Amino acid sequence: MVLRIEAKWEIPYVHSAGEHATKFFEALKEKKILGVKCPKCKRVLVPPRAFCERCHVDTDEWVEVKDEGVVETVTINYARFTGLPDPPYAVGIVKLDGADTGMLAYLGGVDLSDWKKAHEKLKVGTRVKAVWKDKPEGRITDILYFKPVEE
Amino acid sequence: MKRVAVVGVGQTKFRTRRDDKTHPELTREAVSRALEHAGITMDDVDAFVFGTMDPFDGINCPDRWSSTAAGFGKPFMKISTGGTTGLTTGIAAYQHVASGLFDVVVAVCTQRVGENVDAQPVLNTAVDPIYERYSGVGAISVAAIQATVHMQKYGTTEEQMAWVSVKDHENALKNPYAHIQKRLSVEDVLSSPVVSSPLKLYECCPRSDGSVAVVFASGEKAEEIRDNPAWILAESSISDSYFVGDRPDLAVWDSLTIAGRRLYRLAGIDDPKKDIDVAELYSPFTIQEILELEALGFAEKGEGAGLAEEGVTFVDGDMPTNPSGGVLCTNPIGATGLVRLGEASLQVMGEASNQVDGAEVALAHAWGGTLQFHALMLVSSHKKLRR
Repeated sequence: MVLRIEAKWEIPYVHSAGEHATKFFEALKEKKILGVKCPKCKRVLVPPRAFCERCHVDTDEWVEVKDEGVVETVTINYARFTGLPDPPYAVGIVKLDGADTGMLAYLGGVDLSDWKKAHEKLKVGTRVKAVWKDKPEGRITDILYFKPVEE
Repeated sequence: MKRVAVVGVGQTKFRTRRDDKTHPELTREAVSRALEHAGITMDDVDAFVFGTMDPFDGINCPDRWSSTAAGFGKPFMKISTGGTTGLTTGIAAYQHVASGLFDVVVAVCTQRVGENVDAQPVLNTAVDPIYERYSGVGAISVAAIQATVHMQKYGTTEEQMAWVSVKDHENALKNPYAHIQKRLSVEDVLSSPVVSSPLKLYECCPRSDGSVAVVFASGEKAEEIRDNPAWILAESSISDSYFVGDRPDLAVWDSLTIAGRRLYRLAGIDDPKKDIDVAELYSPFTIQEILELEALGFAEKGEGAGLAEEGVTFVDGDMPTNPSGGVLCTNPIGATGLVRLGEASLQVMGEASNQVDGAEVALAHAWGGTLQFHALMLVSSHKKLRR
């Protein structure tokens, strides 16, 4: 039996969100979701970024998109991993009305205990709407999750 | 550009933990075996290229430690592109030789995912810190969201995906270096716990410790070194969008299709199904083998799901895929891509542990970075594609 040495990394960082994302986060305080429009390919990119990686041009035309859209895909996580959210939780991609790209987000408002039933309720194409924090703070977590819109 | 061939392959036994050895000791084990396989010594090597994905090992710049076993005093560099690392390391070593600057170069990749108590939090640190990391997304969830779309769009079933796992586990039984060596039935896979729906435990790779080394030599040297070198016909790589949500359709892997077309054009391949005898694909999750087979032209879109169940991708089928047992059974993440090239090379040398009869052309693939990067290499027992 060899000696085992335990180790742990706890290294603090302070990331800059950059000017573009900061504008997005400021808008979240008013429950607004902003994207940017690429002047060349005309795609509305959400979340916004300072340049279009496909066209290599700066993006400075801001566009407000809806806090409602469609589910592009979903998974429900049942395993517990160190430092990650408590299971079960649903993560998916939502394409907001007015956006050309999807956004990674939590999905909710449905029972997650049976994944097949939950997938049925959150299947690709399902219309969903953001559920906001009562008092948004300008953080990505201001949108608690997207839930299916009652038709 | 010079002709280049793989002339030596060395692997360690992969396990969850290799407590018997430290990082450079594993590197040394793989390098020594690769040199021995090539029948050369350290003196014959002109340069080393090292690959690993930080920080699975819990040591930053493990290249410092491992370089002690990878050519003291020789030219040395490190390559890192997430899960693609192993194969981009192979491509870098190939380019060293193809450029004419070096004659014999060793690519070596070491990774200790097993020393990492839980790999998903590390994978989560590779996710965008501003918009996406809070979601807890790691490698399993990005594969799961591919599966959800593929199932809904093409009607791919849980059973079809389970067959991929059954096939890989069957293959791994023949590979002495494979990590998981356990026969599984479709029922075993389907009844294993759901990790990220729809993917179940036995549809997901293990965390593996180990190392792999591959020796590259210029044409003249390669013919001196061995009678059966694995000639490199072509390589290609590609980067895709940073945000997963930018991809228009997760049921297809467009960037891999593009990388594949580039590779086939360089190698003169018209029909991959006919011209390629065996593939070692980077599929840590069952759904990904299906997507990769479709993206690379081995199946029409939406029709890759049935290939394992129909026996096509088994070692005696028409398109043997991952005869080594693949990434589903062994995943030392930053080394995994180079294992694919090593196994593909052994296939065309006729020396693989789970040999495909008469394999002359073999494909190696890796992806990395939340579905962002792909790398491909094509090797052959002949200097040029023979039809």
